[in-house]
Amino acid sequence: MKFYDVVIVGGGLAGLRAAIAAHDAGLKVGLISKIHPVRSHSGAAQGGINAALGNHPNGQDDSPERHAYDTVKGSDFLADQDAVEIMTGMAPGIIYEMEHWGCPFDRYENGKIAQRPFGGGGFPRTCYGADRTGLYLLHTCYEQVVKRGIEVIYELFVTKLAVNGNRCTGVVGMNLHTGEFETVGGKAVVFATGGSGRIYSHNTTNAHASTGLGVAIPYWAGVPLKDMEFIQFHPTGLDGSSILMTEGCRGEGGYLLNNAGERFMKNYVSEKIMELAPRDIVSRCIQTEINEGRGFEGRYVHLDLRHLGAQKIMERLPGIREICLKFKNIDPIKEPIPIQPAMHYTMGGIDCNGDGVTPLDGLYAAGECACVSVHGANRLGGNSLLETIVFGARVGQAVANNIKGDSGGADENSLNKALKEEQDRFKMLRSSDGKENPYDIKNELSRIMFDKVGIFRNETDMARAVTEIKILRERYKKIRAIPDTGKFNYDFLWVTEIAGNLDTALAIAVGALNRTESRGAHYRMDYPKRLDEQWMKHSMFSFAPDGPAISYKNVTVTKFQPEERKY
Amino acid sequence: MPIFKVLKYNPKDGGEPYFREFEVPTHKGMTVLEGLYHILEQQDPTLAFRSSCRQGVCGSCAMHINGMYRLACETQIAAMGEHITVRPLAHMTVIRDLVVDMEPFFRQYEAIKPYLIPAQQPGEKEYLQSPQERARLTHHVDCILCAACYGSCPVVATDEKYLGPHALLKALRFVEDSRDGATNERLAYVASDVGVFRCHTIFNCQQVCPKDLDPTGAIGKLKMKAFWAKLKGKLPKAG
Ligand SMILES: Cc1cc2nc3c(=O)[nH]c(=O)nc-3n(C[C@H](O)[C@H](O)[C@H](O)COP(=O)(O)OP(=O)(O)OC[C@H]3O[C@@H](n4cnc5c(N)ncnc54)[C@H](O)[C@@H]3O)c2cc1C
Ligand code: FES
Repeated sequence: MKFYDVVIVGGGLAGLRAAIAAHDAGLKVGLISKIHPVRSHSGAAQGGINAALGNHPNGQDDSPERHAYDTVKGSDFLADQDAVEIMTGMAPGIIYEMEHWGCPFDRYENGKIAQRPFGGGGFPRTCYGADRTGLYLLHTCYEQVVKRGIEVIYELFVTKLAVNGNRCTGVVGMNLHTGEFETVGGKAVVFATGGSGRIYSHNTTNAHASTGLGVAIPYWAGVPLKDMEFIQFHPTGLDGSSILMTEGCRGEGGYLLNNAGERFMKNYVSEKIMELAPRDIVSRCIQTEINEGRGFEGRYVHLDLRHLGAQKIMERLPGIREICLKFKNIDPIKEPIPIQPAMHYTMGGIDCNGDGVTPLDGLYAAGECACVSVHGANRLGGNSLLETIVFGARVGQAVANNIKGDSGGADENSLNKALKEEQDRFKMLRSSDGKENPYDIKNELSRIMFDKVGIFRNETDMARAVTEIKILRERYKKIRAIPDTGKFNYDFLWVTEIAGNLDTALAIAVGALNRTESRGAHYRMDYPKRLDEQWMKHSMFSFAPDGPAISYKNVTVTKFQPEERKY
Repeated sequence: MPIFKVLKYNPKDGGEPYFREFEVPTHKGMTVLEGLYHILEQQDPTLAFRSSCRQGVCGSCAMHINGMYRLACETQIAAMGEHITVRPLAHMTVIRDLVVDMEPFFRQYEAIKPYLIPAQQPGEKEYLQSPQERARLTHHVDCILCAACYGSCPVVATDEKYLGPHALLKALRFVEDSRDGATNERLAYVASDVGVFRCHTIFNCQQVCPKDLDPTGAIGKLKMKAFWAKLKGKLPKAG
């Protein structure tokens, strides 16, 4: 039976960084990932990572405190301010560390790391390597894992937590290489499973691997989720495929144009901020233009980079140009890019504190699957990569502190019990005599979520969404049998992901219906105002078979009193 | 409707690999990867293929499509015509259908010490690196480890000791980094009997690289650098 001091589930930036920290603190680490770590969606991040380095000529007065203020304001005052201060305070140090490990950031003439402006940032503080920052950070982190010889078990698909009383004792999953279920025990388990974008599979910037299962697994085991109703729609997804066109396009000076060729952002926000307003606001503006007939083909508006010139586009945004050429057959040097908002980020997630500690003993969370909360109701661009590395490192260290002196071994009873349950579930899926195609359920879920729990929300639509998701959950019980392929049973994998999508989607929809105000990315036509007295609090979701039970938790305020959010 | 001809193989069934054909309904802009998903979801749930990002950056989906090593997610169906033949990467053990064993590929990547070995202890802030020094890393740092080059390389096919184009490109990435202090050790290793001198300069890797990188050129550069370092007596004994 495999047993480690700490089992880390997830090979993205958060998981890798946690593994490094735990290893450096002397722990025996087992890092599990359903895809090889370098395949993780962190590698798709383009635009950059925030830290108040003050390297940009216009950024010399920047500070971690300014960064914290921008983050809290961007969050529409739902972020926990103590956690935000930890993150922005640690930001410069962790960027220097990534640089010391070899991350190829772009540079200024004086040799320092280059920075670009991003939405909602008072200063240009987004450090970048062209438009491939995530790729560079992910590979740099993985290289450090290789250097340390940390054990990586890739293509092990985790499906369940093993729990004894109120203690997490490990995980169970299918090893895709053998087709068998395995247990992996640990004194601590860290979840770093990333975002849930594929709940909106028709219209998301997220990878196929980014599903709702990552948060559903702890949720099913009784761990509360937090702030699930806050879903970020990125303003600029490529028309059709929804592949991301980084905020860096606008950071470098790109325009948003409607069908009259007008920079319409001037009708919504101040001339000073224009296209670089926070994402929730820009997405609503774009969608309004489209809805009111000022888009193209009723579907998209233009992101225009042409005035930046060929050289700047080739140097700073080469990946964007490559994607446009390969997926849309257009060259942004010569033509504007058709874009529309797309689901991008889950602000909510597994409830935890600034050390990643969850209410279940021995279970920790970090990265996009976690909700600390540093993003509140709306995340600023460049803050998520930051969150993964800062809190990844903190969680690795926190585990080391917390399990010091724990000489226990694997809790075989609870691990074997969980193993048996998964083997039985597999047998049931194998022998089902149902007729439903599980992928039809996935597709219908995605339509429901985008149409009814999307950028603009209202009571009627969301109530309908809740009913419809519940029907899909019933239909899921009658899906056709899955094949027994032995090795690499991807049908089993995707069908299990769909179960996670359904329950996570239900939490999102119920949470959104429940919150009768507008805040950050959660915008209700029927309640357009932010209502601090009633709603400046986190929503907490506990799993129950017929839908989540909701409770509330206070927001931590330190320095920044809520104010009207104006840009 | 284009016909996908996909290599199927499951050792569990005791059988040989065979091709199965699927008619795939398409829409504008549809990629080969989307075609494979259509097959999995609507026609053959046993089909095995790796994928994740669907935007050409995670390196999961390199395979052999109509005679060329490509990323399925970046390949437009419309550009492939009515018949699309999909096979796994070559020179690697096929585990099932389009899934190959990546272990040797990653072992060779690890062998070149793919991490910065700093020349100097870092200070409180970043190492200073000029834009010109940074420019020497351009392209080399864009490798997504998809193994298209590896699958296309005839030397990899015949010589299991050879490090392969991906590992050598990665080695050059560190040799070229102004912050790295292990240049001579790296050159000694790539010039040893597992490295650059096994390359026959066939250019396949350069031709197939979906990111337009140039492993062949990288290997040429490493050869020159190793040669000069050797002449100047700088190379430590490989070992
Ligand atoms: C296209 C795109 C661009 C972005 N650009 C930026 C940017 O410029 N700046 C910024 O700050 N943020 C950006 N973001 C957001 C940011 O990239 C992500 O939030 C962040 O990288 C998430 O990292 P992570 O480590 O939490 O998860 P991921 O990198 O998604 O990794 C999740 C890991 O968990 C593993 N896993 C999941 N489920 C299981 C399971 N059941 N069993 C085993 N393993 C499992 C996966 O294999 C994977 O290794 C972007 C996001 C997208 C989608
Ligand atoms: S799916 Fe990521 S490169 Fe093709």
